[in-house]
Amino acid sequence: MTVSLYAVIGLAAYLIAGPFVGGWFAGVDRRITARMQGRFGPPILQPFYDVRKLIEKEPVTVNGGQDFYVMCFLIFIIITGGLFFFGQNLLLVIFTLTTANLFLVIGAYSSNSPYSQIGAERELLQMMAYEPMVLLTAVGLYMTTGSFNISDIMLGGALAGGAIPLKYLIGIFAGYLFILTIKFRKSPFDLSLSHHAHQELVKGVTTEFSGRTLALIEIAHWYENVFLLGFIFLFFQNGTWYMALVGVVVALACYFLEIFIDNAFARMKWQFTLKASWLVTITFGAANLILLYYFKGLM
Amino acid sequence: MSYITKSPWIIHYDGSSCNGCDIEVLACLTPMYDVERFGIINTGNPKHADIFLITGSINEQNISVVKQIYEQMPEPKVVAAVGICATSGGIFKECYNIMGGVDTVIPVDVYIPGCAARPEAIIDGVVAALGALDEKKKALDARPKISDTAADSAMGAASDDSVDGAPPEPPEDPILPGDDVEVKYYGAASEDEEAESAADGSGGGQEEGSAGDSGKEEA
Amino acid sequence: METIIVLILIPLVIALALLFIRHDAARRPVVFIGAIATAALSVVLAVQQGIWSDAAANMLWSGETESAEITGYAMMGIEAALAIVIFVLGIKYKKALACILVAVQCPILIWFELFGGGHEIEVKNNICIDQFSLIMVLIIGVIGTLICVYAVAYMKDFQHHHEGQPDRRWWFFFLLFLFLSAMFGIVLSNNLIYMYFFWEITTLCSFFLIGYTKTDEAVRNSFRALIMNLLGGLAFVLAIVLIGKSYGTLEIDQLIQIGVTSKSAGQPDLIINSVVMLLCFAGITKAAQMPFNSWLLGAMVAPTPTSALLHSSTMVKAGVFLIVKMSPLLGVQGILSIGEPGFMVMMVGGITFLLASFSAVTQSNAKRVLAYSTIANLGLIVACAGIGTPEGVWAAIMLIIFHAVTKSLLFLSVGTAEHNIGSRDIEDMDGLFGRLPRLAVFMIIGIAGMFLAPFGMLISKWAALQSFVDAGGIWVVLMIVFGSAVTLFYWGKWLGKLTAIVAARKNIQDKVHGEEWFVLAGHIVLVILISLSFPLFSGNVIVPFIKNFFTGVSEESILALSGDNMIIMVVLVCVILVLPLLFYGRTRKRIVPLYMGGANEGDNLTFLGAMEKDVPVSLRNWYMEGVFGEKLMNRIGLISTCIIFAISFSFVANLAYQVYRYVQEGGVFS
Repeated sequence: MTVSLYAVIGLAAYLIAGPFVGGWFAGVDRRITARMQGRFGPPILQPFYDVRKLIEKEPVTVNGGQDFYVMCFLIFIIITGGLFFFGQNLLLVIFTLTTANLFLVIGAYSSNSPYSQIGAERELLQMMAYEPMVLLTAVGLYMTTGSFNISDIMLGGALAGGAIPLKYLIGIFAGYLFILTIKFRKSPFDLSLSHHAHQELVKGVTTEFSGRTLALIEIAHWYENVFLLGFIFLFFQNGTWYMALVGVVVALACYFLEIFIDNAFARMKWQFTLKASWLVTITFGAANLILLYYFKGLM
Repeated sequence: MSYITKSPWIIHYDGSSCNGCDIEVLACLTPMYDVERFGIINTGNPKHADIFLITGSINEQNISVVKQIYEQMPEPKVVAAVGICATSGGIFKECYNIMGGVDTVIPVDVYIPGCAARPEAIIDGVVAALGALDEKKKALDARPKISDTAADSAMGAASDDSVDGAPPEPPEDPILPGDDVEVKYYGAASEDEEAESAADGSGGGQEEGSAGDSGKEEA
Repeated sequence: METIIVLILIPLVIALALLFIRHDAARRPVVFIGAIATAALSVVLAVQQGIWSDAAANMLWSGETESAEITGYAMMGIEAALAIVIFVLGIKYKKALACILVAVQCPILIWFELFGGGHEIEVKNNICIDQFSLIMVLIIGVIGTLICVYAVAYMKDFQHHHEGQPDRRWWFFFLLFLFLSAMFGIVLSNNLIYMYFFWEITTLCSFFLIGYTKTDEAVRNSFRALIMNLLGGLAFVLAIVLIGKSYGTLEIDQLIQIGVTSKSAGQPDLIINSVVMLLCFAGITKAAQMPFNSWLLGAMVAPTPTSALLHSSTMVKAGVFLIVKMSPLLGVQGILSIGEPGFMVMMVGGITFLLASFSAVTQSNAKRVLAYSTIANLGLIVACAGIGTPEGVWAAIMLIIFHAVTKSLLFLSVGTAEHNIGSRDIEDMDGLFGRLPRLAVFMIIGIAGMFLAPFGMLISKWAALQSFVDAGGIWVVLMIVFGSAVTLFYWGKWLGKLTAIVAARKNIQDKVHGEEWFVLAGHIVLVILISLSFPLFSGNVIVPFIKNFFTGVSEESILALSGDNMIIMVVLVCVILVLPLLFYGRTRKRIVPLYMGGANEGDNLTFLGAMEKDVPVSLRNWYMEGVFGEKLMNRIGLISTCIIFAISFSFVANLAYQVYRYVQEGGVFS
């Protein structure tokens, strides 16, 4: 395994700065949301206060098992993001992410609580809804850059003339943005677990988690959000520093867009979630890939 | 100040009321008052909440619900009775089925009068509740830690009041209501079930479980 | 050479012995000895033939010439006898189709052998041993015999549950061991006639095993399985006749050689193509691909060891074995490949994977979920073989190994659960964690092994995905991404049911038989061992095999996963195994009741409903009948695969006409 300096820096930065950046994003999210609703909103550091408070609360649980799954959830999210920023295989990252999310689902199931279980099943539904698009994103990046390795994709891979993957993957990019709404747990797709002041099914998957365990889930989400934005970043890479900058800016813009969507839509039914995301996956993602495949010679 | 005062999460319950106070509580969340400025979130889940806002008075139907919500909130927690009905029973006080204010069932830390309580008063009350919350937190911290040993570092979750293998302690007896009241009550597992869950051996079967025998108690 | 014959004969001898042992106490030791002997011998064979080195690569044996003739006649005789048995049973149960099929295919073969020149064809090598067949021998020898051992305990309970019915267990165990013997025959044959002989025996064994209980449903389903497999058998016979008549050979390695030569010359041989297509069709029926998936679902009426055997190590694996064997002659070149065998195989596999996964969502019967998952995974294997690249074959073989172990584990776990909780419905597995904790853990490992990173099946799925992208099978890529998303859903919800900790469940673990524990634990060891050692296995067994199988491929083009990724996967397996051992269930937090809107009665099982009524909490899973309706999916599968078959075989029909003209003009036979 050849380890580049960038990969080590990326990994270290993610492990250390990941939760801070993610938490800060969450704070910004709450503030922007408030402003969009004509409110002042909480301090930017509010998510950190929340987590600190949760850690201070009395530790309670509904059974001896459920906290274990949450711990695994956090560990695997960190592993997933770590592999991503270490420049490893994109498919590996996606599969590990699935495992991580499944741990949260199992944790919710294990409590055998009505609200948790409905949340868990909806979470599974959401995973089913976004998974094809995430995999197609990886396949699209592979078809353009010739590698599943993130470290290669960062350098533009096989793309000629300093082109960025986005040039050939506009449909896939749009599809990925669509399912990012699900992944960020934003309306209209926050079926299983909603953010800040929203409520759905009490609190869906997290209903039976409290105190430190809930804090761990929050931190895991921060980690997760950072590397989900990393996917967007990948679309813009050709190995130059200015495209890296563009990537960061666009990722932030997409985050803003997701906040806007969150505030502009009401929550939809699960049928809509599943059908819409699969339809988008087919019309944008799959169509993009098929065109790419048959017109590959034109690249 | 501990962090708990910077992030007070609320659960709101509406008892026997005209829904006036109920609506005023929600009004606090609107852009006009925007309590989220203070990090306040209306959670709807007692397990996530720090402050229990009750509007309306306590009747025979909701006694067990109020008690259970209160018990399911992890420490430290405070209760704020919003509006005159929650404080004393208000105009419903003499009704045949009304117990009176919230403090007939659970300990109340802050009383917010008004009919209906104005949003400003509610916010004031919540701020006062924060002070109570902070004190409770300090009181909790001052308690000696029993089980802070290496063994429980696994989950990073030491608990003050549960020693190895011991059944969970029943919650402290709150202020009891009048004589003729049925109280739903739960708490420690009975002896037999404790034996069963020990025999289980799966490591996962230690369910909280108190069967019918402790289901209804005359208080 | 001797070991091979002994390996085929030992289960056969045990089977015959079991036919005459009617007493349970006497049967037990015989089954155990037979199982141990078979398993040991399969391991010995693998080691002896050097599975772990290049030495095993494509070793061919001729067998003795004088005995070959006798063997040939004996096989023909047995085949004719079996055909008569089927014919008589068909008449007895009024199944005309079975009679017709058997009345067509058996005479064709006998005519070919006696009068059509089949006997004159000199077969140099009757037996072929390579790493792939040794892997299959190990799967059959280890998993298959474990299932036989399990069956001893299971059938005792089964007989107990079905009191009043005649004890026909001698017949059951006879069939199990006969099945193993025939499977060894299939995977070691190089002679198509031999393979066909064993092929028909497995068909017949499965027919009898499915119909074991002799209920109306069992008989109906067993005939469905028989008819579908006979259809495949007919295709097999036609393939034999076609290759024998046109090229004068009956050997698989010759067939592949001829095909590869003409393929690399850029002129696909139409006769070879149609032979391959017919053989793959036979494989598709046996592997229960759409539209023939219904026989495998029907097979669920049989006792669980039958299902485990059919699904994991035998029967369906014979189908995919044959297709994987053909894979150098498969493959697609873009959209122009319509009508080529590779296209047919790949599309049928892909469609089956997608639709069977969809159907599995709607099932609450654990065995049916497993059945659909088997069909889906076989679809993936078939599609991998259809793509015809070294990467695809690597993924296919990995899938075969992982699937055999994991699926067998799951079937046997469900069987044990069924006998102890009285239901095979997933909804009734509520709180299995409290009732049968060890079994629940076994099931959880099995399920995790089926779809979750970093376990085996996922690695293969990953490799499959990459090989499809590389080979340009874009349509199958789409089927895989949607299919695997759904896979996640149906396994996830089952996993959730198992892990749920339900209050006040009584532990009834003691009632499970010792043999069952032994076999299940054996499976667990295998699952974990394979998940940990698969990089070694890949490097030392599968890669050398593929290097020989596809001449002149580099190691990089075989491995979809780089070595680094494999190591990461193994490390993750370790992490996932160690974490629960260290941390599961260790909490000192205060245990509190569930949140139920403030109305929890305190026992977590009831809440206070309206009118002061105690309402029991009942949690049910989600089946999405309206979205993934089973009937709809089967219909779509039937139509789409039939279109693909129609397209493919219309090319064959065209070709047959050309062959006919060629013969008329005095071509090859004169």
